[in-house]
Amino acid sequence: MNNEWLLSLFGGACIGIAVSLMLLLNGRVTGISGILNGVLVPEKGDTGWRVFFVGGLLVGGALLTVLRPESFFDTTGTSLGQVIIAGLLVGFGTVMGSGCTSGHGVCGVSRLSIRSLVATATFIFAGILSVWIVRFFLGGHL
Amino acid sequence: MKNILVAFVVGVLFALGLGISGMTQPQKVIGFLDIFANWDPSLLFVMGGAVGVHWVTYRWIVKRPAPLFSARWHLPQKTDLTYALVIGSLLFGVGWGLAGFCPGPALTSLASLQVKPIYFVLSMIVGMYLFRLFDKFFPAKR
Repeated sequence: MNNEWLLSLFGGACIGIAVSLMLLLNGRVTGISGILNGVLVPEKGDTGWRVFFVGGLLVGGALLTVLRPESFFDTTGTSLGQVIIAGLLVGFGTVMGSGCTSGHGVCGVSRLSIRSLVATATFIFAGILSVWIVRFFLGGHL
Repeated sequence: MKNILVAFVVGVLFALGLGISGMTQPQKVIGFLDIFANWDPSLLFVMGGAVGVHWVTYRWIVKRPAPLFSARWHLPQKTDLTYALVIGSLLFGVGWGLAGFCPGPALTSLASLQVKPIYFVLSMIVGMYLFRLFDKFFPAKR
């Protein structure tokens, strides 16, 4: 097992501890698309924690930018148009599908939720298909 | 107040976990989905670490009558498989593979002030609003 994979495992464990704290203390699932969607369409008394969670992500991102800038090295050749289409699909799809990699993939799979298991298998399958299509039919980028 | 502080700390820890694990580097996500070329298993280790921890803690935590800082649990109750769940996850997966970003890493990467995460997050927010509009005209059970 190489060093990079160990870091991935360790980072993953940090995520596991983070979602466990959210559950033990606040009693909630850490589903990032759902949390963000709740900020966009605020409900009274259910918005503050969401804003602060997103703020926490940004502060964590700022710490990484300062202490470990290689965390944000991007060697992909994706175009801005590709990124914009991707963002639209991710926003639309995660609200329609009630979750993303965190809510379904980490929290839901850990809870053995049948909905999350189906969603996770579906978005991994679609992701593989998407990368394959871009690579073989469109020559690597849009 | 406590809930807000918890959400903030969880957000920071989650972001650090994403950065350390390599998930804020879109080439690692695309590399994981690229099973027909140079497959990068990093994401599997991240999921392994996160689910491995939460698998154990979840079962221990929900034995409690309630979370520590809330009167009750706020866990998803839906159990039925719907078209929206599957189609939404398909759309999300396509976007995920197209840019190598899902909501958590994209929000975390905003702090690096790079162009792609900014465009991705803005279009993701537009996508979330677009789904709400779509849902008004074609409401479906989620």
